[in-house]
Amino acid sequence: MKLKTITAIAAALFATTAIADEDAELVINGDLEIVTKTAAPAHLSDALDEIMSGWRFRSDGTQAMQMDDFDNPGMAAVDGAAEAWATVEGEKGKSCASCHGDVAESMVGVRAVYPKWNEKAGEVRTLAMQINDCRENQMGAKAYGYTSGDMAAMEALLSVQSRGMPVNVAIDGPVAATWEKGKELYYTRFGQLDLSCANCHEDNYGNMIRADHLSQGQINGFPAYRLKNTKLNTVHDRFKGCVRDTRAETFKPGGAEFIALELYVASRGNGLSVEGPSVRN
Amino acid sequence: MRLTALTFTAAVALANVTFAETVAPSDVSFGEGGAIEQSLTGVAGDPVNGKDVIVNKGRGNCVACHSSEAWADTPFHGEVGPLLDGVGDRWSAAELRGILANAKNTFEGTIMPAYYKVDGFTRPGNAYTGKAAEGALDPLLSAQEIEDVVAFLSTLKE
Ligand code: HEC
Ligand code: HEC
Ligand code: HEC
Repeated sequence: MKLKTITAIAAALFATTAIADEDAELVINGDLEIVTKTAAPAHLSDALDEIMSGWRFRSDGTQAMQMDDFDNPGMAAVDGAAEAWATVEGEKGKSCASCHGDVAESMVGVRAVYPKWNEKAGEVRTLAMQINDCRENQMGAKAYGYTSGDMAAMEALLSVQSRGMPVNVAIDGPVAATWEKGKELYYTRFGQLDLSCANCHEDNYGNMIRADHLSQGQINGFPAYRLKNTKLNTVHDRFKGCVRDTRAETFKPGGAEFIALELYVASRGNGLSVEGPSVRN
Repeated sequence: MRLTALTFTAAVALANVTFAETVAPSDVSFGEGGAIEQSLTGVAGDPVNGKDVIVNKGRGNCVACHSSEAWADTPFHGEVGPLLDGVGDRWSAAELRGILANAKNTFEGTIMPAYYKVDGFTRPGNAYTGKAAEGALDPLLSAQEIEDVVAFLSTLKE
């Protein structure tokens, strides 16, 4: 435990000083090829030619940690979530496995298409919302905190079942209005620093901002294990931090704005591989 | 005792004079190309403090985006903005003052924040807490800090 923290801290120091190799290719465990750079999806082609995973912008040391599951500190949470998957909780005496069976069969490809429209509920659902819907309504169990460790771990477990598959979220039909709202948020300049997501992640990716090598702010790698806080981080946690850093009043994780933003940002990564749990600094 | 009181009174008087001459953010007038001709305080800028404002993360943190040989000793220079070497040749003090106060008047749509502006923001926060701002905003830099940075940048000649 102690050793892990120290390694993580050492790695974090290393990560900020080393230069990233933007041309490296990601292969996990020697055989799982991950697309970390590809042509931008059509809806984005007037702004970007290529989309790139945040992995490309990390230092050699941080990149290497994601190339082997034994070195990936986010994988410990996946083991924990696999146990939770099979554990009966709540009034109805069910576990996730009671209905969904083997996670490695029933959940293949699911992470890749979220957030997505849920017809019955008539709403755009993030993976976190769906997990909590099952916990509350199918199991009679308490919802996980939206950005809690339990939630991040369950998202990581589901993510692993789609690793290597292309992100492919729908942007039209019933989700179109939400997607437009997310796009508007992405280009809105917030806070006293008056900065939009695009100012940093579209106009300046590849540049250093102080000690940080700016990426495109993609979410194909989430949940992401950050060396900085030594835990798995959810998408809305990251959004919250980035909005806060513009000296703005941030939005609530799980709230309508971040759900819309997540759908839009996910769609900017259509074509990149699902990578989570990723390793970032 | 007596002397301290006197000094104190003098200091208050001086402070008042300075205060009276400080141009509030909403009263700044931008001229041609976004320049501000008039000093914001009437007090000459201190270049030493100006440099500290530039490199200090908790103050101007200009180094997050700008590099210069003048602060090569500060670790981690950003590269979002241009190198500021020789900037004292490229811009007059009035132009530099304007760029600092609100760079958008000089460079349309720039990413560079406005350091002497207190309104017109979307969801302004209470510094970096993520919470809503309480009451009126303070500008990112004080009037004198702007003057100090202008004084320092004016020394950066090729
Ligand atoms: C009582 C049965 C039941 C239990 C227990 C249950 N689910 Fe579900 N789950 C469902 C049903 C039914 C759906 C389809 C729901 C819908 O479309 O509204 C679903 C859908 C899902 C989906 C979306 C799949 C897709 O293709 O979009 C995910 C992810 C999911 N469940 C995860 C979980 C997790 C994680 C747990 C345990 C915490 C869990 N479920 C427990 C019945 C259950
Ligand atoms: C002032 C610049 C700045 C702004 C504005 C900004 N971010 Fe970031 N963001 C960063 C930095 C620095 C990082 C860490 C390095 C990196 O991955 O770019 C980061 C990381 C991220 C990541 C993690 C990427 C990964 O692969 O792990 C996401 C996602 C993200 N930002 C989304 C956003 C969104 C959405 C917005 C708008 C609400 C936003 N950011 C606004 C600077 C910014
Ligand atoms: C978020 C990044 C960012 C920060 C922080 C920032 N700047 Fe800038 N600055 C820029 C960019 C980008 C430009 C180029 C103008 C443009 O075209 O947008 C610029 C231009 C300038 C120029 C004109 C340079 C030239 O050679 O023409 C000066 C002077 C300047 N900045 C000073 C500062 C000072 C002093 C600070 C701190 C108080 C600061 N900047 C903070 C991004 C930044």
